Amino acid sequence: MATPQYTGDALAPPLTSPLTNKTFARRMESALPYLLLLPSMLFMLIFFAWPMVQALILSVRTPDGAWTMQYLERMVRDVNFTDALRNTFLIILIAIPLQFAFAIAMGLLIQAKLKGSALFLYFWTIPLAVSDLAAGLVWLAVFSDRGFLNSVLRTTGIMPIAFSWLSYENYGTLLMAVVIAEVWRATAIVMVIVVAGLQLIPDDYLEAAEVFGATRWQRLWHVTLPMIRPSLQVALILRTILAFQVFAVVIALAGRAMPVLASEAYNRYAELNPNGAAVYALLILTISLVTTGVYLRLLRTSEAEMGR
Amino acid sequence: MNASLRSTVTLFALILAAALVLTACGTQAQPTSAPPTSAPAATSAPAATNPPAPTTAPAGNATPTNPPPTPNGGIIFHSSQFAPVNEAETMRNVILKDAPMLVDFQPQAAGPFVDIPLAQQKAGKVNIALIGGQHGDFPAFINAGLLDDVTPLLNKLSDRKFPETYLELSQMGTDKHYYVPWAQATYIMVANKDALQYLPQGADINKLTYDQLREWAANAQKGTGQRVLGFPVGPQGLIHRFWQGYLYPSYTGTAVGGFKSADAVKMWTDFKEMWKYVNPASTNYNNMSEPLQSGEVLIAWDHIARLKPALDANPNQFVTFPAPAGPKGRAYMPVLTALALPVGGPNRAEAEQLITYLTDPKTQTLVAQNLGFFPVVQGADTSNLPPGVKLEADAIAVLQSSPDALPALLPVGLGPKGGDWNKVYNDTFQRIVIKNEDIQTVLNEQATLMQNILNEVKAKCWAPDPPSDGPCQVQ
Repeated sequence: MATPQYTGDALAPPLTSPLTNKTFARRMESALPYLLLLPSMLFMLIFFAWPMVQALILSVRTPDGAWTMQYLERMVRDVNFTDALRNTFLIILIAIPLQFAFAIAMGLLIQAKLKGSALFLYFWTIPLAVSDLAAGLVWLAVFSDRGFLNSVLRTTGIMPIAFSWLSYENYGTLLMAVVIAEVWRATAIVMVIVVAGLQLIPDDYLEAAEVFGATRWQRLWHVTLPMIRPSLQVALILRTILAFQVFAVVIALAGRAMPVLASEAYNRYAELNPNGAAVYALLILTISLVTTGVYLRLLRTSEAEMGR
Repeated sequence: MNASLRSTVTLFALILAAALVLTACGTQAQPTSAPPTSAPAATSAPAATNPPAPTTAPAGNATPTNPPPTPNGGIIFHSSQFAPVNEAETMRNVILKDAPMLVDFQPQAAGPFVDIPLAQQKAGKVNIALIGGQHGDFPAFINAGLLDDVTPLLNKLSDRKFPETYLELSQMGTDKHYYVPWAQATYIMVANKDALQYLPQGADINKLTYDQLREWAANAQKGTGQRVLGFPVGPQGLIHRFWQGYLYPSYTGTAVGGFKSADAVKMWTDFKEMWKYVNPASTNYNNMSEPLQSGEVLIAWDHIARLKPALDANPNQFVTFPAPAGPKGRAYMPVLTALALPVGGPNRAEAEQLITYLTDPKTQTLVAQNLGFFPVVQGADTSNLPPGVKLEADAIAVLQSSPDALPALLPVGLGPKGGDWNKVYNDTFQRIVIKNEDIQTVLNEQATLMQNILNEVKAKCWAPDPPSDGPCQVQ
């Protein structure tokens, strides 16, 4: 068996003079960051940028090569379009504030260094490891007609007749079920980011605030929250973008009864209509971009504020 | 503790970063094992877009005499059938176990099923040896010139005695044959025995009408306090086949022509009335097996493959029967699955051998016993079917001997527009039944969309509509 031999650096120049060697080394040094970036750049170009361009083309061009707005028009006039748009925004508007409230509360609890708070962290991040669809199915087992919730309500005598929580006729409870599942599934991500942010706050600030007689509430409002604003901003952007793609949880819990943007994109694809799917994908992209822009503007942390 | 906490958080941050990259890469969320998505979906059914790595037969099964020049996993068998995980595993571990070569069985969802071979053809590098799909799946490939003529192979397999109708279907109106029939299936109804007490007086379960079904469901609701009739209206459910092959032909005698006729208005009015007794969770059912097993639904309609798990699990609890009849007959939709060879596909000799193997009466018996799809060849032994499959076979036998049986084909020749076609029906249902819109208005609007599709792909009428010269016309 041949032992592989080290054949030397392929990039090494022929040994000429010490001078050229030095210039080469300097050049290498300045080029190195770019070389290191190259693989990820290529990856992004091939797997993100190019498909994005393709999706853009798909959404405005017929298979015969003619430019058209028909796919956009068809999307807007689709029987589910307004519902999908409304449902997506409703889920986001309700779920995200809840996720942040829970995440901040959980982060503060962990920071409070109670006994066993490290354990909380592990428990609370369990949903992070569960896939969207699995989370949806877990909650389906809870909310379906013969699910855990109805069983409990029946055996305790609170509700002798099964209630259809997930029926399209009961939009309120259907939405509630989806929001609960989303909150359960995605709060952990926000919490991890919040905890990381909280740990960056030097104790001095809080101690100083305490010395000046700030109450617990004042310390939270005037010290902690402003200090973790950058973390919140990151979490908010991440969560909102991901929430616009909400899909598997809704599909599992609501089936056809609650269309959302991503499920409509998926349905178009499954109906062998890639153009229709591309228009939806672009819509999600556009909304995500606009929202991110708005967040960045609204939550801009100025130097002055940081020093306040 | 703070330090350890910090390292924990760092660790989580790293995991999070990795998770985000993964999420970003996989945003088209694959509901791989979504509530048993089920096979025969000619349309929706996401199922695994990338099924688990081929495991097929153990290496020892490869014939030692003729080592096929196959890739590691065996010759690639690309299929729109048997996509749910349990069915795919049965294909790999039972049906293909004794195949004369290693087979890499790759079931796909409807989208990728069509996309992959076409993309491979465009790239000039076809690695699929064999395509398995439904009759209605193939025109998309034929239009792209992707399928080879299998007439010589059919001649070699003449001892299989495929039904003439199926051989004619495989010609797609040409003088070539584009596929070899593989297996057949259909849709039936199942009822929990507990529901039989609510059958309307004088009704014969094997000769039900839609009016009697509605009455039955109404009685059952009165008796149980629940809406116990169920349909697979979920995102991957096959409800569109109910409208296309059952309700429409039963009421209008046509699958296309009478879409907006007065008969159709009556049909939707009746269906809307029946919907009052349908379990509202139906919009979440992808198959009826689960709700039947849980008791949430007592009477259901679905594809035999999707009913099989319930019937297998509890054959004594259920009865099977044909779908009801309407004013124009007892319409039903036979489903034909078939095998085709892609132009320029690799391992041609093995692929043909595999077709020979799959159409062997013994293999056909295995498929009937394990997957509930029925033989298309003569000589397959169906005397020893498991009780669940036997129940299904009984219902089909009753159906086929019904004097008013009216076979309605799966849509033919719609190719890539098959999904849009199904959407027309699903949207019609949604607008009329769920959103309560005016029936005639909705039908008129949806009929225009249908006609556009028919004109675009120049699809001629299919049974039970009378044959047409040009594109089929919605009256």
